[in-house]
Amino acid sequence: MWNWLIKPQKPYTWGFIIRVLIKASALFIIANLSFAFLQPMDILGRLSLYNIVFTGRERFPYNQDIAEDYTVTLDNIPAMFATHEINRPKADDEYRVLLVGDSATWGFLLPPTQTLAQQLTDRHYLLADGRRVVAYTIAHPVMSLTKDLLLLDEALNHQPDMVVWLVTMQSFSHERQLSAPITQRNPARIRRLIADYNLPLNPDDPRFIRLNFGDNTLIGQRRILADWMRIQFYGVMWQFTGIDHVVMNAISRRNDFDADFSWENFDAPQSLSADDLAFDLIRAGHQMVGDIPLIIVNEPMFIADGRNSHVRYNTFYPRWAYNQYREQFAQFADEYTWRYCDLWDAMPPDSFTDSPVHMTADATGRFSQILGEMITDYLDFGYLGRDCD
Amino acid sequence: MTFNLTFIAIFVIGGYIYSLILPKTWRKWVLFITSVLTVYVLQSPLLVRHMDFILPTATLLLVTLVWALTASQISRRDIITIVVLMMIITGLALMRLLPSEWRIFTASRPPDPFTVFLVIMPILVFTLFIHRQITPKTQPFILSIAILFIVIAFIILKTESLANALSAWLRQQEGRDPSFANPLTDLNWLGFSYVAFRLIHILRDRQTGKLPDIGLRDMHTYIIFFSSLTAGPIDRIERFQGDLDALPDMNGRDPARIVEGTTRIVVGIFKKFVVADSLALFALNTTNIEHVTSAGGMWILLYGYAFRLFFDFSGYSDIAIGIGILFGIRLPENFNRPYLRNTITAFWQSWHITLSNWVRFYIFSPLTRTMLRWRRKPSSDVIALIGLMTTMIIIGLWHGISLTFFMWGVWHGMGLFVHKIWSDRTRKWYNQFKKKEGQLRLWNWAGIFLTFHFVVLGWVWFALPDVSMAFSVLGKLFGVGF
Repeated sequence: MWNWLIKPQKPYTWGFIIRVLIKASALFIIANLSFAFLQPMDILGRLSLYNIVFTGRERFPYNQDIAEDYTVTLDNIPAMFATHEINRPKADDEYRVLLVGDSATWGFLLPPTQTLAQQLTDRHYLLADGRRVVAYTIAHPVMSLTKDLLLLDEALNHQPDMVVWLVTMQSFSHERQLSAPITQRNPARIRRLIADYNLPLNPDDPRFIRLNFGDNTLIGQRRILADWMRIQFYGVMWQFTGIDHVVMNAISRRNDFDADFSWENFDAPQSLSADDLAFDLIRAGHQMVGDIPLIIVNEPMFIADGRNSHVRYNTFYPRWAYNQYREQFAQFADEYTWRYCDLWDAMPPDSFTDSPVHMTADATGRFSQILGEMITDYLDFGYLGRDCD
Repeated sequence: MTFNLTFIAIFVIGGYIYSLILPKTWRKWVLFITSVLTVYVLQSPLLVRHMDFILPTATLLLVTLVWALTASQISRRDIITIVVLMMIITGLALMRLLPSEWRIFTASRPPDPFTVFLVIMPILVFTLFIHRQITPKTQPFILSIAILFIVIAFIILKTESLANALSAWLRQQEGRDPSFANPLTDLNWLGFSYVAFRLIHILRDRQTGKLPDIGLRDMHTYIIFFSSLTAGPIDRIERFQGDLDALPDMNGRDPARIVEGTTRIVVGIFKKFVVADSLALFALNTTNIEHVTSAGGMWILLYGYAFRLFFDFSGYSDIAIGIGILFGIRLPENFNRPYLRNTITAFWQSWHITLSNWVRFYIFSPLTRTMLRWRRKPSSDVIALIGLMTTMIIIGLWHGISLTFFMWGVWHGMGLFVHKIWSDRTRKWYNQFKKKEGQLRLWNWAGIFLTFHFVVLGWVWFALPDVSMAFSVLGKLFGVGF
């Protein structure tokens, strides 16, 4: 079996070893330098077995339990999209709706078959022209409008007909915009967004991960390459199980609170100015989508009725802050003529699982009906329907 | 703990230094000392106090005892070896006095060095005393007792309930809660499966008069040779001794050896850390089988497992063999394209070859020979059935004493027996058939396909911890039970 090694055609000499070492070193250096100069991860990320060998994933890869999940968390945007079902060719009869958002839209604690997008698609809405409404989860379990823009920017390359952007107040916090790894590891893309849409973010924010030359070499990028390879192998398990993320038992959400008025950096009730919340990013989203219809939805949340519920709606929000957020949102929507639907109290308290925005499968189904009717009402009649009034 | 890339890098660099720079006369001592240290370094931390020091030390004492039982005489070098061994063990215990970041050779803080000395010294003296007491008349009996002792230790450690009881007892002695007993975290004795089989080989060969004279240092080096300690191959001592004896004359700067050793290691690293670790992402395991919803999916898991196991184990063997070559020890091959064999017999001549050979030497051949000597000799088919089943069940139970490994052994025992019967009954026909080249090729491919799938289905028993789970998977592979 090893004769090729043990009995070579010409005997091994030190000259041979030195030549091999020199050639191997040269190849190693050339490969690393080329990798660092070309920075091909964006191109490599687009290469994928998904949508070719394996069915595209219904949501972006996100790993929480390393031992159980059939996925790894990717930060490489092209690689994320390459694994996603949106990367398949658009059917002629498809009306492609992107649902952009946070973990609630991603479907945290839900299997892929019960996400908002999947349940919306499963309702088989047909438009007047005969096209089917097919929704796609363009969400990632991180609360940041900047992250939403980052994903939306790439998603626009996939022929959407409509964008529904589901947001909640946490995503408007300036502090949170660049706190997630996905935003920190994509500085070039974020800086481009900052420049193109005049985003209120610092392009030199120290939280951006700065890669030096060594970090960009093949060796420096080995972890990212390994993750890209792993996600391909996990395609087998995705294909045969339909599981991407193991659904854990939900920790029950809290209904009782201390008399805590704090929200993010604000310890006590005060008047929030327009600068305290990142509404500029919603404006940027409108600029980004251009002529594609964009509907902004203030997503439903759990409203507590327990101890100190007069102080807080839930663990996320004190009443004083959230009320001001809604007022400002309505004013901005009015001022800029955004298609805005405030569904903050659309779902009863038993709809929610571990956090104020994560919903049960049944509740997600009911919410998908509200969204579906909103979309069809808008397309058929030009208004967002009775739930948004 | 097994080899990781850091250990491999250390051994490779060490191998180059050993080959190129080290004085030739130091080579055997370096192998001995490195092997002794490796027994401690690779031992994983254990939760029973000092157990991760006691078990490696027990390995060394066991080897010394077996040497004392089998050696024909004690030389000056053997005494030096005992002193060096004593110094290493006590020296490692002295590391207790160092800050934790300096204790690189032991898994946790070693016991008190004075206590270690007081315990080990009498054991070593007793060992030498036993050696003096052995006479040609008593030796066979004592050697049998030693084999029995090793087998009993093996059975205790490999049987979950017994190991659990031992673990609980050890915890009780420490005044700790025995309900947390777990053999994996309390009694994980590094390389014991391999050490035990090598020791039995030595004891048995002494009984049959085949064992060459071997010094204590070389016996230690053979039993605990650092590159094959944790996962084989299981060499034979007479072959290993030959390599050791050739070390002083070995050309350290032989480019062929450097190329061969390094290439084997690189190939092994690729097989184990790239191919096998990738296949592990979708290989059959207790979690994955719960999630797969189709027979096709289950087959993919099973193929994933089969190839993962091959690339992991054969990759490991390549690394061990490659490191051995760099140090001048040519360990035997353990794999030879096993999945491309066209009969189950040929498969077992090319999968974990050294274990198969060991079991053939020490179980199958003696057992069948004994049966052939019986006054009422059974038929050759019965002898083959008993011999093959016993052999394969022992190979199965060597991996762990459980019903699933037993079933795996039965599966292969039956396979080998059926193949033997088939080949006996069809030999004439096959000899005629061999002349038809095209049909023979097709026949070979059919044989490869059949053998591969027989082996692959057998892995279901091997991979899963529960018989009912294994039956469920076997059903699902054929569309039953979803």
